[in-house]
Parts: sequence; structure tokens; C-alpha cells
Amino acid sequence: MTAKDALTERYQDLLSIYLKAKTETTLYKGQQFSRKLLEQQISPEDLVSLHIQVMDELFPNMSDEMRDSFDFLLEAMIGYGFAYREHQSLRDKQQQLESEIEVAASMQQTLLLSDVPQFDELDIGVVSVPAKKMNGDYYNFVKSGNSLSIAVADIIGKGIPAALCMSMIKYAMDSLPDEQMKPHLLLENLNRVVEQNVHSNMFITMFHGVYEPESHKFFYAGAGHEPGFIYNAKEDSFFDLIAKGLVLGVSRTTTYHPYEKEIQIGDMVILLSDGVTECRTSKGFIERDEIVSLIRKYMHLPAQQIVENVFQELDRLQEFELRDDFTLIILKRLV
Amino acid sequence: MDIQSCVEVRNEWDIVSARQLGRNMAKELGFGNVDQARITTAISELARNIYLYAGRGKICIEPIDQLGKKGLRIIALDNGPGIREIRKVMEDGYTTSGGLGAGLPGVKRLMDEFSIESTVDVGTEISATKWLR
Ligand SMILES: Nc1ncnc2c1ncn2[C@@H]1O[C@H](COP(=O)(O)OP(=O)(O)OP(=O)(O)O)[C@@H](O)[C@H]1O
Ligand SMILES: [Mg+2]
Repeated sequence: MTAKDALTERYQDLLSIYLKAKTETTLYKGQQFSRKLLEQQISPEDLVSLHIQVMDELFPNMSDEMRDSFDFLLEAMIGYGFAYREHQSLRDKQQQLESEIEVAASMQQTLLLSDVPQFDELDIGVVSVPAKKMNGDYYNFVKSGNSLSIAVADIIGKGIPAALCMSMIKYAMDSLPDEQMKPHLLLENLNRVVEQNVHSNMFITMFHGVYEPESHKFFYAGAGHEPGFIYNAKEDSFFDLIAKGLVLGVSRTTTYHPYEKEIQIGDMVILLSDGVTECRTSKGFIERDEIVSLIRKYMHLPAQQIVENVFQELDRLQEFELRDDFTLIILKRLV
Repeated sequence: MDIQSCVEVRNEWDIVSARQLGRNMAKELGFGNVDQARITTAISELARNIYLYAGRGKICIEPIDQLGKKGLRIIALDNGPGIREIRKVMEDGYTTSGGLGAGLPGVKRLMDEFSIESTVDVGTEISATKWLR
């Protein structure tokens, strides 16, 4: 017996039971039967044809008009069959797209993965979590000479285009010569790359800094990026880490201002993406003050545990629904 | 059995004649009522395209028998403007009927085999086959 014969038989059983005693139970079984039909990808016109076949069996003396009306119904059902098939094919296509995105996302993760370098003088912690499958935030650590170069960037825009753009930025940065590692010059260079290669409706904000262990100076520059914080251990207080500058890609001739700061033992440099400050809870946006007090709550811990704890609390406050890619980095001077 | 029958398509009534021709042949070959409805629907879509976009053309129906495998082939022919972007036209959601799943991709799904050849300013030839199961 083929699957189709089995269906016919089952339909005939259900229908004859129903016609004898019109109970809700049989109707319920009929509804469950329709799930089975869908599982087996029976299209609407097939079901009508099944009905005709069964009615022919049950009522061999059915009037001609009745019999003919079924043929008409069948014809009128074809349009629904069209729509049903399109739905199936679009669903297949969507599944295929989703698995392709999955692959692309994991490729992106490996491409953009940046190992955290080891420094005796510094304790470094990082979390970077995408809101959707692909991460539009980017961070990069490079040990060049004795110095630590660190970049945090955020694409204005989300999803796949943002992620593709991020990969481009990574390769642009990798191909810059070492002497361009001065943050403001690096941003000027990248700005030209972005201006030339990225569609004008996409903007990139970036913060770039270089930590020099010999002098304990932190050199930095910013391109419209969400300001981070500096923690001053002596005063036990947090300050905004302001680095003014236009976002990348607006104008070819943008220049960036160089900033520097001395870092004392116990001080922290805190870098973030706007996914951190744009955390939305039931009470509205998270205030920068609240982030500072979260960091304060955990700052006795190693840097990696601070960032992870802060992320977990913010994630919980948002009921585990990240709205934007989230990146938080902490550098703490140890000795 | 290898006789092709054709219907000229110049106006909307000719679409009905093409359907009738297809239905008769489908019945004769032993297609069930569902497949008959699918075949005539495919004919309607192809004939309507000829009428709407090429102005005139013809629909031919032929029975096929390949090593005992029986079926029916619809051939839609015209010397109209041709289709510039076949790939696009064959994508779901492109037709003007948007989202109803009809049009050429719908015809392709209704039938077992489908091929399209079209040259801009020369014309279009579409052939679609349904096998008897
Ligand atoms: N025989 C033809 N000659 C020239 N162009 C054609 C022909 N058949 C189709 N086309 C072009 O291909 C397009 C898609 O055709 P298709 O039948 O898939 O959808 P449609 O006719 O636009 O909408 P519908 O879903 O109502 O059929 C048409 O809009 C028309 O531009
Ligand atoms: Mg059409």
C-alpha cells in the first residue's frame, strides 16, 4: 500500500464516521489529519481530489451536478496549489540562506578573532557578543614592538553588510605599515580607505589606542566612537575618555587629533561599543553612570572577570535580548 | 502516436481553446483529474503570457512516448519581444501577480520538466512536460 493509498483509506474512514455521527471528536481527528497531509506535502488540489475519490466510493449514485461541482472546485483550488508550492520553495530557499549565513558567521568569527596578547604590565579583559548572527563590532589587539595597539570599531548598521565591512577594515589595518601605528595617523589612513570603498550610507566609528609600557603612556584618537572611561586609582574615580573626531568615511580629508594620558598603577582604560551604552531595559537606556557602578562593583576582580560580570548583568537586565552588538574591553595597569 | 496539435493564440478566447485541446489530450492519455487541472493551468499561464506580451503566437500540445514512458508536452511559441532577464523572471516573487506563486516559476513547479529559450526581439519558446504516473 502506498502512502497515498493509506491517506485515502484514512480519509475515507474519518469521513464515513463523521457522516454517520457528526461528533466534535471526529472533527478534531480531521484537523489532526490535515497536519499529516501537510507533513506529506499534499497540496490543496490533491486533497480535493482525495475528497472526490472518497465521495465517489461512498456515494456511487451521487447526482451529476454534485459530481461536476467537485471538478469545478478542483479547478478553483489550483491557485491555492500554486501559492502552496511557492511557499514550500521559498521556505527551502530560506533554510538554505540561513545555513549559508551560519557558515559565513563562523568564518567571520575565525577571521576577526584577535588573541589577547600577554603583557607583564597589563591585565586585559574582553567580551564581544553579536546581537544577531554576525558581529558588527570589531576589536583588534596587536603587539608591535613592546607596545600594545588596540582598536575598537562599530559599524553604523547591522547584520551582513556591517560584518562584510568589518572584514575589510581588518585587512586594511593589517596592511598598514608599522610606523602608521600612531593612532591619529592610523585613523586618517583608514578614513581614506573607508571613504573610497564603503557605500556612503555606511559609517564606521573607531577608537584606536597604543599603550607604551616603558613610559606607561596611552596614546589615542577617536573617530566618532562611543567614549570609554579612564579609572584613576589614586582619586578612586572614573572619567570619560573623550577623543573627538569625525566618523570614518565622511570626508577624504578628515584629520584626527592625537591624545595621550599617563597611566598609573591600578588605573584602568575602559573601551566599549555603543551596544554597551545603548542597552535598553524596561526603565529606558542604561546611563553611563550605571555602567560605571557595575564596573566598580566588580573591579576587585581580574579584568576578564570584570567584563564578563558586567556583560552578564547587562544581558540579564535586557532579559537576554541583546539589541546591539556588545563589546567591552578593560586594560588595567598592574605594575 | 506523435501528432502535434496547435492552437493559434491571438485573443483571450484562444486561451480557452488551448486549454480545451490540452484537456482532451490529457484525458485521452489517461491523466487523472488533478493532473488535468495542472496541465490546463500551465497552458493558461503560457497562453496568457503570449496574449499579453507577444500579442500572438501558438500553443502546441504533443503526446510523448519515450521507451514506454508516456507524457504530454506543451510548447508555447511566439515571435514577440522575448524576455530580457530570464533568470529574474524564473525567480519566485518576480511576477506581477507577486506572491500568488503563479507565472513561469509556478508553471515550472506544476510540470515535471520545463525549458525556456528566449531571444530579445526574436521570440520565446517554452516547453513543459508532464509524465504520466
Ligand atoms: N512570451 C513572452 N514574451 C515576452 N515576454 C514574456 C513572455 N512571457 C513572459 N514574459 C515576461 O516575463 C515576465 C514574467 O512572466 P510571468 O508569467 O512569470 O509573470 P507575469 O505574467 O508578470 O504575472 P502572472 O503571475 O500574472 O503571470 C512578464 O512580466 C513578461 O515581462
Ligand atoms: Mg504571466
